[in-house]
Amino acid sequence: MVSVGSADRYLPDTVQQAVKILVVGAFGVGKTTLVGSVSEIEPLRTEEVMTEASVGVDELAGLEGKTTTTVAMDFGRVTLSSRLVMYLFGTPGQRRFWDLWEGLAEGALGVLVLIDTRRLEDSFDVLEQLEIRGLPFAVAINQFPDSELYSEEELRGALDLLPETPIVTCDARQRTSSVDALITLVQHVSGMGAARAAGAAS
Amino acid sequence: MSGSGAGFTNGALRPYVITKGRSRPSRNTIGVETLLVAADPPRALPLSATREEIALVRMCSQLLSLVEAAAHLQLPVSLVKVLASDLVDSGHLTARSGVPRAAQPDKQLLQEVLDGLRRLR
Repeated sequence: MVSVGSADRYLPDTVQQAVKILVVGAFGVGKTTLVGSVSEIEPLRTEEVMTEASVGVDELAGLEGKTTTTVAMDFGRVTLSSRLVMYLFGTPGQRRFWDLWEGLAEGALGVLVLIDTRRLEDSFDVLEQLEIRGLPFAVAINQFPDSELYSEEELRGALDLLPETPIVTCDARQRTSSVDALITLVQHVSGMGAARAAGAAS
Repeated sequence: MSGSGAGFTNGALRPYVITKGRSRPSRNTIGVETLLVAADPPRALPLSATREEIALVRMCSQLLSLVEAAAHLQLPVSLVKVLASDLVDSGHLTARSGVPRAAQPDKQLLQEVLDGLRRLR
């Protein structure tokens, strides 16, 4: 059995509800860093066995007969109040992992798309997919020390974002900055709900 | 499933043996964030219980999310979903669910999340 930190492993019994947010992005963009800077526990890793979806995409040379692949998923936890806890899931953005999202995105408050401006093209597929699936999302630019500074206008244009999609710059290593990006996302989701309610009322 | 700490074996086949061939849980309200806790007072598991079921009930001696239980036990989440669902059905585990499916999160819940996040800053 894993016994590390088992003393503070558990949630207080007063917690009644859990919510989750997905942090999606390409490898190396800082998903795990962001999850770690916000999480109150050492981020945990689970591995999920994937079948079928990866066939024909993975390099199978020398691995004949292999029809499954495992996907690592890092996640963290934040207790928001005595009755509410939030989970943050760092999820790879590549096309072959989209089936993994299905279960994970179900019931999620929203998705934070983490982007590295040095590799903007890595995020095109992800953004398009989120729009198709109608998942509420916000874009967070993880500002690396050596990345060039672009204006919000330029980034919006390059990423072809809808006017209502929020975009923020953050430093995934900093807790406050990462929390601010999450606040932006939740405010956006909240605003969408209000807009829907107004639309339904009129 | 990579570690040897929990004593579970690797391989894609084994999860399906543990779940008796099923890949989907019996109830669709079980999610990664579902909070689980062992029934109080505890109910004895049948002799036929697998070691994974025994380990899961033991892991949930206090409140924990399904995904955390899976991570600590080094078992795939999809497998733990099936096991947890069965154990909720049989009354060995109690589940406190996340955001209700199909329904949008309500205004009050979102406000609670925002308030909680602002306190972290």
